Amino acid sequence: MAELSYTSRRELDQYGFHPAVTILAPLGCILLQAVLPRAFPQFAILDLPFIATIFFAVARRNPIAGAVTGTLIGLVQDGLTSQQFGVFGISKAIIGYLAASVGFAVDADNILNRAMLLFSFSLLQSLLLFIISRWLLGDIVRVHAGHQLLAALANTVVGVPLFFLLDRFKTRD
Amino acid sequence: MDSFFSRFKNPLVLIMIVMTQVIALAIQVQGTTTGYGTAAPADSPTVALLRRWTLGVFTPVELLLHGSGTRVRGFWTNYIDLRHAREHDQQLQQEVSRLRLEQAAFVEDAAQGRRLQQLLAFKEKYIATTVAAQVIGTSGTELSRVVDIDKGSADGLKPEQAVITPDGVVGKLRDVNPHTAQVLLISDRSFGAGVILESTRIRGILRGTDTGQVQIDNLTADSRIQPGERVVTSGGDLVFPRGIPVGTIESIAPDPLHQPYTAIVIRPAASLARLEEVLVITGTQSSLPASAQQDVSVAQATAEEQKRAADLVAERLPSLHDTGTAADAKPGATPATAPDAAPPRPRMPLHPDRYSPGDTPPAIDLTPGVPTTALPTPRSQTPSHNAPSPESAPPESTSKPDSTPPNI
Repeated sequence: MAELSYTSRRELDQYGFHPAVTILAPLGCILLQAVLPRAFPQFAILDLPFIATIFFAVARRNPIAGAVTGTLIGLVQDGLTSQQFGVFGISKAIIGYLAASVGFAVDADNILNRAMLLFSFSLLQSLLLFIISRWLLGDIVRVHAGHQLLAALANTVVGVPLFFLLDRFKTRD
Repeated sequence: MDSFFSRFKNPLVLIMIVMTQVIALAIQVQGTTTGYGTAAPADSPTVALLRRWTLGVFTPVELLLHGSGTRVRGFWTNYIDLRHAREHDQQLQQEVSRLRLEQAAFVEDAAQGRRLQQLLAFKEKYIATTVAAQVIGTSGTELSRVVDIDKGSADGLKPEQAVITPDGVVGKLRDVNPHTAQVLLISDRSFGAGVILESTRIRGILRGTDTGQVQIDNLTADSRIQPGERVVTSGGDLVFPRGIPVGTIESIAPDPLHQPYTAIVIRPAASLARLEEVLVITGTQSSLPASAQQDVSVAQATAEEQKRAADLVAERLPSLHDTGTAADAKPGATPATAPDAAPPRPRMPLHPDRYSPGDTPPAIDLTPGVPTTALPTPRSQTPSHNAPSPESAPPESTSKPDSTPPNI
């Protein structure tokens, strides 16, 4: 008699990565983000580390792992700026946590779902950065809704193909 | 209790992570050395160390990428694009000649300015030494406008040194590592510099904004401030030497966040989005550098030569020599007149009548009740068409203003 085993959808869709990919992919995104705007200033509107945070959080489907990954990526990103450590760290921790939580509910391999995730989380990150700058740091910042929508759109357009590229490095746990 | 933690493990971990960072953020904000006026906030030693480690990971890769990019570009420039070098050289030679002439025109004014400054005991700062550096990377985010350069403390760089291009101000050094440094651009919101409006001489503080604009936000509305006016550094911040171009005023509008001040948006003179090479000012001095003094002496020699040539031409053309300032006057400009010079005289009319200037006899010669037809005959009835104009009239005619009515 064939042995039947119960496997939840969470376990089915949960992926892992080689440690080298886990470290090098986010670092590569941060490096590209630092280098590309020098030659093409328009690239500054993108946030490749944000795309990496979403991808790893959704693929692992573990909120704690998502929050930790987001924190580490954000803190490294903070190190390259002139602002205090924690601005990107806090926002990306929350984004990573929420992305991993949402990853349970939706089919994260669907292209439309991926686009929706990237677009909505990009707007959420802008909101979080505004809150941190305005209320935690006391900076005078203004809301530029049009620019944030454009940034969300750019992150979506670049993020969807990047997701498919990073899919190649997935391994089943 | 145990079930509570196991049930809410994920949100509790998130809260812990976020709270830790919020506390760290608060400590950093408290520990940040906020300078007065235009000084950029500096990190505490611990934060500076963390930032140095982060930059230490990325800058070697950035240097490597930049080096390989430069080699490819160098190959293209040196071997393929070389055919344009000769005509480019000729253009540059022509430009140098033109600039020398311009410099000669300015040298006298500059010398006079220096004499006046000495009289006022004003200590002028001239750029003495600079270090050329190449931009190798950026912060990668629009929230923080900083770029990384390939020179550091080993090359004599220090924090708070001014960074410029030949076009204008770029920013100032923030964190300096042994072989790399971080430049805070003038468009960053934590940047500040003392500036002065070139024509109105109004002083202000230049700041970046969260949108990457550069603006002066500490001035109230003033009708003298107009778009298009050039803005230069004032030297008051002790970072930038005086007179370096910053940009031009692009727009002036009330600042909704800082009432009653206005937001004077500046278009930067330097192209901040496409920075390739920059100059870091590592030293200033109170006298002109040797190379600049040499340029000044060359310009003075050129000016003298031009003056001698002008005198020679003036000697050969006595009429020009006599008129004096007329030779120097620009076309369309009103010639300057001395306070005691004769009043200007009108041109002689081609067809004079009784209303023509000079044809009406003095009131003392008129008899009351005599009909107008009996008026004496005008003195100059038939002036010839080649009558001398006032400009070329003999001096004795201009010295009699009483015989000529004033210019009506």
